Amino acid sequence: MTQLALVIDLNVCVGCHACVTSCKEWNTSGWAGPLVDQNPYEGSPTGTFFNRVQTFEIGTFPNTETLHFPKSCLHCEEPPCVPVCPTGASYKRADNGVVLVDYDKCIGCKYCSWACPYGARELDAQQQVMKKCTLCIDRITDAKLSERDRKPSCVLACPASARLFGDVHDPDSEVSIAIRERGGYQLMPEWGTQPSNHYLPRQKMRLHIDPEELTRVDNPLRREDLTDYTGEETLDDVAW
Amino acid sequence: MQDPASHSDSLVGRVEVKETTCYMCACRCGIRVHLRDGEVRYIDGNPKHPLNKGVICAKGSSGIMKQYSPGRLTQPLRRKANAERGESAFEVISWDDAFKLLEERLAKLRAEDPKKFALFTGRDQMQALTGLFAKQYGTPNYAAHGGFCSVNMAAGLIYTIGGSFWEFGGPDLERAKLFVMIGTAEDHHSNPLKIAISEFKRRGGRFISINPVRTGYSAIADEWVPIKPGTDGALILAITREILDKGLFDRDFLVRYTNAAELVIDDPSRDDHGLFYRAEMHVEPDCFDPQNKLWWDRDIDGPISTHTPGVDPRLMGSYVLPDGTPVKPSFQLLKERLEQYTPEWAAPITGIPAETIRRLAHEMGVTARDQKIELPIKWTDCWDDEHESVTGNPVAFHAMRGLAAHSNGFQTIRALGVLMTVLGTIDRPGGFRHKAPYPRPIPPCPKPPHGPEAVQPNTPLDGMPLGWPSKPEDLFVDEAGEPLRLDKAFSWEYPLSVHGLMHNVITNAWRGDPYPIDTLLLFMANMAWNSTMNTVEVRKMLVDKHPNGEYKIPFLVVCDTFASETVAFADLVLPDTSYLERHDVLSMLDRPISEFDGPVDSVRIPVLPPKGECKPFQEVLVELGSRLKLPAFTNADGSRKYRNYPDFIVNYETSPGSGIGFLAGWRGKSGDQFLKGEPNPHQWEMYAQNNCVYHHELPRSYQYMRNWNKGYLHWARAHGMVRYAEPITLHLYSEVLQRFRLAAQGKRPGRRPPERLRQRVETYFDPLPFYYEPLESRFTDTQRYPLNALTQRPMAMYHSWDSQNAWLRQIHSHNYLFLSPKVGLANGFDDGDWVWVESPHGKVRCMCRFSEAVEPGTVWTWNAIGKGAGAWGLAPNADEARKGFLLNHIISEELPAHDAGEHLSNSDPVTGQAAWFDVRVRVYKAEAGEPAVTAPQFKPMPRLPGQDQPRGKWQAYVAGVFGKK
Amino acid sequence: MHPAFSVIFLTTLIGAGQGLYLAMVTGQLYAIARFLPAQTDQFYAIGSLVALALLIAGLGASFFHLGRPERGWRAAAMWRTSWLSREVIILPLVMTLVFAYGVAHWFGWTQPLFQVGAALQVDLTLLLGVLGTVASLALFICTAMIYAAVRFIQEWHTPLTVSNFLFFGAASGFMLAAAYSAYIGNPLVTFYGTWAVILTLIALASRLAHLRRNVRLKYKSTVQTAIGVRHATVIQKAQGATGGSFNTREFFHGRSPVLVKQLRMIYIVLVFPLPVLLIGLSYLIGSSSLPITAFFIQFAGLLIERWSFFAEARHPQNLYYQSVA
Repeated sequence: MTQLALVIDLNVCVGCHACVTSCKEWNTSGWAGPLVDQNPYEGSPTGTFFNRVQTFEIGTFPNTETLHFPKSCLHCEEPPCVPVCPTGASYKRADNGVVLVDYDKCIGCKYCSWACPYGARELDAQQQVMKKCTLCIDRITDAKLSERDRKPSCVLACPASARLFGDVHDPDSEVSIAIRERGGYQLMPEWGTQPSNHYLPRQKMRLHIDPEELTRVDNPLRREDLTDYTGEETLDDVAW
Repeated sequence: MQDPASHSDSLVGRVEVKETTCYMCACRCGIRVHLRDGEVRYIDGNPKHPLNKGVICAKGSSGIMKQYSPGRLTQPLRRKANAERGESAFEVISWDDAFKLLEERLAKLRAEDPKKFALFTGRDQMQALTGLFAKQYGTPNYAAHGGFCSVNMAAGLIYTIGGSFWEFGGPDLERAKLFVMIGTAEDHHSNPLKIAISEFKRRGGRFISINPVRTGYSAIADEWVPIKPGTDGALILAITREILDKGLFDRDFLVRYTNAAELVIDDPSRDDHGLFYRAEMHVEPDCFDPQNKLWWDRDIDGPISTHTPGVDPRLMGSYVLPDGTPVKPSFQLLKERLEQYTPEWAAPITGIPAETIRRLAHEMGVTARDQKIELPIKWTDCWDDEHESVTGNPVAFHAMRGLAAHSNGFQTIRALGVLMTVLGTIDRPGGFRHKAPYPRPIPPCPKPPHGPEAVQPNTPLDGMPLGWPSKPEDLFVDEAGEPLRLDKAFSWEYPLSVHGLMHNVITNAWRGDPYPIDTLLLFMANMAWNSTMNTVEVRKMLVDKHPNGEYKIPFLVVCDTFASETVAFADLVLPDTSYLERHDVLSMLDRPISEFDGPVDSVRIPVLPPKGECKPFQEVLVELGSRLKLPAFTNADGSRKYRNYPDFIVNYETSPGSGIGFLAGWRGKSGDQFLKGEPNPHQWEMYAQNNCVYHHELPRSYQYMRNWNKGYLHWARAHGMVRYAEPITLHLYSEVLQRFRLAAQGKRPGRRPPERLRQRVETYFDPLPFYYEPLESRFTDTQRYPLNALTQRPMAMYHSWDSQNAWLRQIHSHNYLFLSPKVGLANGFDDGDWVWVESPHGKVRCMCRFSEAVEPGTVWTWNAIGKGAGAWGLAPNADEARKGFLLNHIISEELPAHDAGEHLSNSDPVTGQAAWFDVRVRVYKAEAGEPAVTAPQFKPMPRLPGQDQPRGKWQAYVAGVFGKK
Repeated sequence: MHPAFSVIFLTTLIGAGQGLYLAMVTGQLYAIARFLPAQTDQFYAIGSLVALALLIAGLGASFFHLGRPERGWRAAAMWRTSWLSREVIILPLVMTLVFAYGVAHWFGWTQPLFQVGAALQVDLTLLLGVLGTVASLALFICTAMIYAAVRFIQEWHTPLTVSNFLFFGAASGFMLAAAYSAYIGNPLVTFYGTWAVILTLIALASRLAHLRRNVRLKYKSTVQTAIGVRHATVIQKAQGATGGSFNTREFFHGRSPVLVKQLRMIYIVLVFPLPVLLIGLSYLIGSSSLPITAFFIQFAGLLIERWSFFAEARHPQNLYYQSVA
């Protein structure tokens, strides 16, 4: 079975929020829209987003890491949000593993959001139905789009290409290779939810310079060996 | 719900896809705008665009909310006759009336004294047109926002290597092995840099970020080196010293391509001390950096013409020429200068341990030396030597406002240029690469006017409104050496202020110093808010009156797309269009989007009709220019020359028959020429058919070493990009600066600085880079104000532009002051508390957030999130006004009066770059009873005529139905 | 978690309703067994109608919890997997049985239908009472399991949640039965009062065990597992939205820890010792108003208890919503 998913490379994510708003603009006018905003031009503006970028600080000065952390629905292999839904509005597609909500069936009980440890679902405050990342299901299955465009909006937007998209069940896919080779991990593995989305950890490049490498025989200073003799006395003049 | 797999967006409504260029920031990515039933459905990156290659950022993706924002202006407005300025009491007027009003006023001023009209723009990317308008009008009082942005970065590097970062050049991350980023958080060149950094990291490159704060790009650096603000110069000089000390410099590169080996007269008693010794030989006429200089030949142990074949000159030592002149190679002078700058010296200044400074130097030097790149590209240099390959040292740098926005920024950036040069990384693979039309001569040819006679009634300005002085005679001063421009640019106060000093315009105009003006036209510059220093006082100046009741700045015209804070102060408001509603050019005459591999320019083409009565500012200028009968806009018979802006763009030539116009692509009658060629009536269509971009890829042999690449330089001259095909020798040692210093010392015939400025010019016009403490610190009790305060631009917000954007403002609706927990501990407040940030110039109240990602002597916040109540189409209770704050309130636009002058700008003494980041502050807890809102607060700005009704509690955007609801 | 008043009222009202109904059936069973004097059918009929009223009120409150109440009927669909769905099915069933039980008593449909063993004459009311009791107990389980089954909310994910709901509901129902008896001057007030005290004490034991468990709870998720970074110091700075989101509204109570602690003390007093003392006092002085007071005090306490139950629950998603900047 195919399991589509995102693999997010924290090693290159600079926290620019491109994925956040490109998601919003695609989906608000798409199959999963609208993504309603509340108080759009007033105090405490808030709205439905399928994807957020958060920031964490790790360690203490000066050994601090700043981590930008994009988070959306992880499309779990064992999605705990699905069985708790009393109406069947939440479901996992059999053909590609994407977890979706059928708004027409959703009664807005929010129970699925309680059953998601990741906070991936957001109730639309105006429409009162639960909304969440669809992996841009209406892009990735739209045969009228070019193959290049048949990807989630966030993936196409990401300037750092920090978001990979593909079938994590196919061992030869780009995402599976990245997970395998780069130590891709799942969030909150303690719950056994088997998130399909994975994260690639930071990697550090370091440079070691052996002290002996510092100077080479062709050191240009050797070409400036200026010890001009201007007539002063030397040992050569006085020792015998 | 319908099964999404059977849903296709293309079947919903009437679909159109149009290409244009983004303008959610200054990056200028190619975009595809997808329309559904005439409304914007989706904006994505254009995969065929060389700049962004299909990606798009948070701002670009939110263009929809800019287009449909209720903050938009839609009607020309005039301040009501009985209303006070600043109250936002406007009445709608027609464009015709607005034009008549302007025409009458500006014609009168032009006939009397053109300099009473001042035009300043926040936007750099149409300088070619706005500058042309100002020049044609005859006023010198014109500049864009570069002076308060990053002019130090432009000037510091262009005066050193003939190019700079961002639009002028950048790091070649495709081939670099080590990338050092200094003082950059986010960037104008944002998507290309994000693309490049991530690819660089994936290839295994090492990325070091030197910054007081770890955010944005620094977050993914392999190493973060926290530094105290304003001390980058000390670090760079210490690194350079270590590189010289260990012999890690690229000797061959220095000898051949820089002035390192050239002999400088070294006799302080002589008037020509510090100038290059000029030998008698043929020089190209008009060339201001001729090659008639000498090396010291090690074999004959005597002087010899530079670049004499087979000669290996000395880089060090001191010599006496046959005529008795004592000389030293400039490299020797650099070495002597650097002696004092040991890592141990720099450590307490920068807060970086000496061993770290040494290690950084070794990493740079060893990587440059041991990981040399060699590309099999044959090329010929200016001295006719043929090279079998292009080589490079893979150490790349990038720097921006962190270095630039200090009063020592010019010399710091000179130091960076010198470091990049000694590492041998200029226009070579893996290092710094130029972008056309750079490299340009050091300095480039255009010069400002030279004296008062350049300004004459009903006459275009004699000289360029902005230029590149190379000697005191290029300054724009009167007999007494005093300023002639309103912003005092190109005066002895800031001689190399190549982008002007927009940050002092309002204060100077208000004070009438150097003279009062009549009409100030501001385009897209929020000078009553985030684009100004000393905001509270500047807002008062805008409404201040003479005793006779007249405003001190008599007439203020503001052109903007949105109801910004500045609009409230206008006497006449001109509604600009959004970027989706206009023609625009990103021109080779201005700041194009060239790539390393060759010139690129691009256009915007409207995808939507203008909202309401909005009119592009370009159209306003073409119309005004025609009505005022400015020569460039008028036929010989006095009739109007251009129908409109698109017509102007196609047909304008820099001079009749020059073949050089705004757009470089598809020139010539049939569109078969580029860069130079006759106007092509179908040029716009050709851009439209080609992703709105023209990209000329140079032959590989012209892509590198362009400062000295004979083929390239001749090609560039043939295509009108440079005047000379002479080599552009790198200025390790700046003779240009020495000329100004000699003038200050009275050792030079001709212009001298006024007495009070002599020491200032002598000090800061040092031909070799040096470190000095930022000026503001000298006038501040740094015990009382121990902290440096900075701002950074968040990646999802372009200055003040995006608070009106319903999606972007949700990410940053208000801001906090970030500081080390140590500061809180020392001052008795906790994370999240309300605090006062106080500088010697004022104080603001805000909320604080503890952070471990900031150097403990620094506090910082996101720039321009705070807004004036009611501005930008936001409700007065918006977070931006209640919880957001501006640091601008506590930054002064002027230094305290001192011996060099009473009203000197708080700027770099060389370039006039606004020293935003010099401000010193202290932070303390707000009292328990104080209101939980930021201070200062301002009277709410009402909704203006023509602005949309408030949207209410909900906004559910769905393209195709949004406008119909 | 954010305590939603709809859910607070739903669970407490139907709990009391179910409890009252159980009290009625218990009373009838005791009467059949001759431990208590037989009551009039009207007594049971009115008691169960009061219980029904509480159930209806609870159901009404629940609609306020739904974003789309008009589609509430759909909630019955997923009974195989969803405790919420099961509750949605059983609640009307209980209401029907309670209603039928009351109607059967009202109309005196007490002719024996059949006989079990030697003496037990089974009539319609008894049959309905037993069925209703089973359904009621099932409803207690379904309601509680909605919370107890959410394994991510570790405070809830325990059988003690079920016993709390069961015994709180039963105690308040029997308390109401005592109040009802006192109100109409029925001597059963002692019987119900005693049972109410017993059930209250069991509920107290259950709740204290629950609190004790939760104090010692070791959370499975940490900010380290949430973002997958191994470091002792990981502190969130920004959550991607400064004006709040569904995640900050639904999963945080937004009150100070001090208030939460104070409310805990208040409900412990209101739910447990105070009603017990009042019932004891009512025995001593034979007051008919004290049992009524006892019920209302306990019910008020239960509302606070239920608020606390939500407020004390920490959802792991909160690890992603710690700070705004």
